[in-house]
Amino acid sequence: MMQSAQISTPAAATGNALVTQVLRDFGDRILAVQPTCDGMPTFWVDRKDIKALLKSLRDHSTPRFEMLFDVTGIDERVRVHRDGQPAAEFTVVYHLMSFSGNSDVRVKVPLQDADLKLPTVIDLWPSANWYERETWDMFGIEFEGHPNLYRIVLPPTWEGHALRKEHPARATEMEPFSLDDDQEAFEQEALLFKPEEWGMKRKSDTSEFMFLNLGPNHPSVHGAFRIALQLDGEILVDAVPDIGYHHRGAEKMGERQSWHTFIPYTDRIDYLGGVLNNLPYVMAVEKMAGIEVPERVKTIRIMLSEMFRICSHLLFYGTFAQDVGQLSPIFYMFVERERIFNIIESICGARMHPGWFRIGGVAQDLPNGWETRVRELLEFMPQRLDEYDQMVMNNGIVKRRTQGIGAYETQQAYDWAVTGPGLRATGLEWDFRKQRPYSGYENFDFDVPIAVNGDCYDRCAIRVEEMRQSLRIIKQCVDNMPAGDYKADHPLTTPPRKEKTMQDIETLINHFLSVSWGPVIPPDEVTVAVEATKGINSYYLVSDGSTTSYRTRIRTPSFAHLQMIPEISRGFMVADLIAIIASIDFVMADVDR
Amino acid sequence: MTLEVGSGLTIGLILGTVIVVAAMLIWVERRLLSFWQERLGPNRVGPFGLLQVVADMIKIFTKEDWVPPFADRFSFVLAPAIIMTVILLSFAVIPFGPNVGVVESNIGVLFILAMASLGAYSVMLGGLSSDNKYALLGSLRAAAQMVSYEVFMGISLLGVVALSGSFNLRTIVEAQEGMWFFIPQFIGFVIFLIAGVAESHRLPFDIPEAEQEICAGYHTEYSGMKFGMFFVGEYLGLVLVSSLITVLFFGGWMGPSFLPPIVWFALKSGVFIAFFILLRAAIPRPRYDQLMSYGWLFLLPLSLINLLVTGAIILST
Repeated sequence: MMQSAQISTPAAATGNALVTQVLRDFGDRILAVQPTCDGMPTFWVDRKDIKALLKSLRDHSTPRFEMLFDVTGIDERVRVHRDGQPAAEFTVVYHLMSFSGNSDVRVKVPLQDADLKLPTVIDLWPSANWYERETWDMFGIEFEGHPNLYRIVLPPTWEGHALRKEHPARATEMEPFSLDDDQEAFEQEALLFKPEEWGMKRKSDTSEFMFLNLGPNHPSVHGAFRIALQLDGEILVDAVPDIGYHHRGAEKMGERQSWHTFIPYTDRIDYLGGVLNNLPYVMAVEKMAGIEVPERVKTIRIMLSEMFRICSHLLFYGTFAQDVGQLSPIFYMFVERERIFNIIESICGARMHPGWFRIGGVAQDLPNGWETRVRELLEFMPQRLDEYDQMVMNNGIVKRRTQGIGAYETQQAYDWAVTGPGLRATGLEWDFRKQRPYSGYENFDFDVPIAVNGDCYDRCAIRVEEMRQSLRIIKQCVDNMPAGDYKADHPLTTPPRKEKTMQDIETLINHFLSVSWGPVIPPDEVTVAVEATKGINSYYLVSDGSTTSYRTRIRTPSFAHLQMIPEISRGFMVADLIAIIASIDFVMADVDR
Repeated sequence: MTLEVGSGLTIGLILGTVIVVAAMLIWVERRLLSFWQERLGPNRVGPFGLLQVVADMIKIFTKEDWVPPFADRFSFVLAPAIIMTVILLSFAVIPFGPNVGVVESNIGVLFILAMASLGAYSVMLGGLSSDNKYALLGSLRAAAQMVSYEVFMGISLLGVVALSGSFNLRTIVEAQEGMWFFIPQFIGFVIFLIAGVAESHRLPFDIPEAEQEICAGYHTEYSGMKFGMFFVGEYLGLVLVSSLITVLFFGGWMGPSFLPPIVWFALKSGVFIAFFILLRAAIPRPRYDQLMSYGWLFLLPLSLINLLVTGAIILST
């Protein structure tokens, strides 16, 4: 518990001050203050007061909460452990983040199934738009005043709301799927883009607009992603991003899989991030279970996470160059990527999705001789990165194509919930690994690169520099890998170390239970966020004291970033839009989950 | 049996060689690109993957030749035929060697410029008749790009014409006996090279078919052999531009006598073909409006000044 005590102390301190402050200002309008094991202040408030409270938290509280980090719902109807929480059949959860005060706050609104309505907060944060649409899509909760409360992740013709407990989780619980011609025509018709629905005009005084479907299959949208463009010639008047083509229901699966068997699904959320996706999930479960992992585990986790960060950034770098028409860099970058994957494979046994972290540790100890190959990489890579600087970042045409394109300010980044390199490119030095070190990042010496213009070029430059910093971190991991166990000695560590089961009956029972049922995590709520490859990725887990999660909320950076595309690309040309899309660095699996 | 200009045998040989070379370029380009990009490229079919072209041809000939129901059928079919025809016709006036060529024409340079202008119709018709928004964007870009770059292409050639005093390409080659024209006409050469890339719309000037932006641009809706004709047409254009550079600036077939003239011609053209492929591997694509303003605001004045200076020097000597 030492680690969590260290980290949560400053947050808990501001948390207590904040609780006093909010209780003073809002008095009995606060229905309850819920304790959670992550120490994040959690207020319950009635829906008539939600806007006032959020506005006060944004504008007047100390610290001010600049960003609406997440909005989601919980279907509370079959939840057993709700001690001290106001009666609710559904809950809407707002998660705000403060960058000036480096803390978070959670606000919850209780709702009844017969009257699932509350006011929209789009006028406070434009980023609320998609989050509210998703909450409506998944739970049927209506946000009054929302301009486009349409389906966002599920198909427009879907019946029901997928994350409600009565909705089936498996295809086998539903009728076999079939698609006849009439049905197909119906589905096609539903996908047709109708500009009027989005408040767009078909013509201006001088010209008729062209509406162009960029996607869902297009060479530059990096997956199945559609943007409906309103074009005047080649100039972009407006755009409507349309997501959901890569939706697999990961959050629903979280309620179905055991705590342990959900780990491989997390790998596939940001499919370029590999084990970096496991990290927030296993840390969240460990926090609820009260597991303190050994130093060696922390360092191994950091080393592999940074390797995946480099892999992901390399792919970004190459496709970024390719999207501005440079054919070759991606092929060079795949050479390094291959090298790193080879190392990862020799450690984890798999390449892109090892699913290698475990609750309370990692799957295996590092293999013999692992340092040799990692050191080779550390020698080989810096000079290649310098070559790429010559090839891509110093190229005149690349500069002309990307500098001054798609720029935004820090305030816009707050408004649209942009995190990660996209936020640091605006000049804010804010990296989760530095601001709230987790898994032992506080022991490492590295810098947080920032840029000032916030344009496409800067977003790329930041990631290039981050690769160098990641190499520094990996080097420190190799030089100082602590000795010790690769799994925590705790009954909820899953699976526990087999060797120890033969020595005492307690461990044998625990082993038997955790490999047959899976671990039972005590009822609690927790949010754990990490600096993922593309921004801040967080898991909000609700445990109801069972072998599965009651609610798994996966907040991904790409989702928020895509929402910003129209805002930063209006007035540019189609070719610029491609550069902007490339510079955002998203993965559709990370957007749709 | 000797080769002479205009004989049936010569015409047949030239036509055959040009088409085979253009087809083989598909393999050459893929192998060269792979070589420069640390990968292998097609190396499975036949020795060094040489038969890859045959495999590609079989595939493309046997593919369903689909015309979209919403397309304008007549111009949709006509468009790929135009590009093949005008580029093959352009080869008629190229002097490949002292006795090798299809026709003697006193207006060779003008003929080629005229054919290049007609080539723009192919791209425009292909895009417009497809009734596809990406194709429309592609053909709009193509029309603007080809029309503007023809201007500089024409003007950059005028220096050569002034120096040799003829529009006849054979006379132009013969006029380079003492000195190849790329020395006195270096600026003209560079402008022609750039305009040549733009005319054959290859990366970095492949804006009409920029894959990352507008899928495949004007030939988005094409498949089977009609697509193949656009594809081979692009390589024919590459061969044509390389041959033209050889003829206009690098002394055509001339070279030390240990190799026959036609080999010199082939070698020189080959170097430029490889150079164009290298360009594709190395340079990113500028934006459409950047390309336009680069053309009109930089290349046009430069080519005019080049012509003015050339004229002044000719008059003063």
